[in-house]
Amino acid sequence: MNQEIFERVQKVIVEQLGVDENAVVPEASFTDDFNADSLDLVELVMAFEQEFDVSISEEEAERVRTVADAVRMLTEKVQAGE
Amino acid sequence: MTLSLDGRVALITGAGRGIGKAVAQTLATAGARVALLSRTEANAQAVAHAIEAAGGHALAFGGDVADPSTVDTVIEQTLKHWECLDIVVNNAGVTRDTLLLRMKDDDWDAVLQTNLKGAFVCSRAALKPMMRQRWGRIVNISSVVGLTGNAGQANYAASKAALIAFTKSVALEMGSRGITCNAVAPGLIETDMTQAMPQQARDYALQRIPVGRFGTPEDIAYGVLFLCSEYAAYITGQVFVIDGGLTVGI
Repeated sequence: MNQEIFERVQKVIVEQLGVDENAVVPEASFTDDFNADSLDLVELVMAFEQEFDVSISEEEAERVRTVADAVRMLTEKVQAGE
Repeated sequence: MTLSLDGRVALITGAGRGIGKAVAQTLATAGARVALLSRTEANAQAVAHAIEAAGGHALAFGGDVADPSTVDTVIEQTLKHWECLDIVVNNAGVTRDTLLLRMKDDDWDAVLQTNLKGAFVCSRAALKPMMRQRWGRIVNISSVVGLTGNAGQANYAASKAALIAFTKSVALEMGSRGITCNAVAPGLIETDMTQAMPQQARDYALQRIPVGRFGTPEDIAYGVLFLCSEYAAYITGQVFVIDGGLTVGI
């Protein structure tokens, strides 16, 4: 897992969902562990798009269930952009 | 709490004349900085000048409310000037009145495009800053004909009814973020739009208004101001009928 991207993802999640940084581990689920509702998830995706300057489709967003999913998707997008 | 909108930033569409102009002036008088969008930029500029002359703050834009890139630019510029966007009043509206049998595809499309898609485009764009702020007010200007229907206005009435369902849906989606969304349904208001009605129709309508007069654009603007204020924080998804009693009893 790309550590730099993980840390940026962690920062966004802490800001958006107001959870403790230590709780943002790769296996954590946004809905089950952070109690995120559908609107929280949309906001989170928008925040990722802003932080990483990428565009995330509805289908891609739906596949993101855990922190690791987000890091993986954003790593792919950032690398594809390079 | 007061009805003051000090520190708030509002976007008003169709702000060049009629109800939109009155809403812009009323919100500006209440302390809001207002961004005015009008299809005819000169109209928006004239209203902006009047607001500035009265000591308010206004930005004028020309363009189509249903064009996402225009709306994005308007919101971008507004955020650049004032750093927030708290209120959107989706007022831009057009009519293409004719009986359904005579209604052309273009009559239908043009009305739905401005009246309904315009509200969708502007609301969607405004929600991002509103969600960040955890505060927002969206007011959609519907019409009593969106509740009653109206012969000769199948397109307009459908667009205004659709705005009501749109309003309720946005209210449901955004309630948890401090964003309210309400509709205002004006009755017969003295504007260019109703001036264009045949005199006979105006006379007939007047007989059916309990208050005994057509409304003024300000009558509507005061209702909008209330819905945008702190007093209306617990009101969302509602239709505020301002019609002098026209639809009471029918």
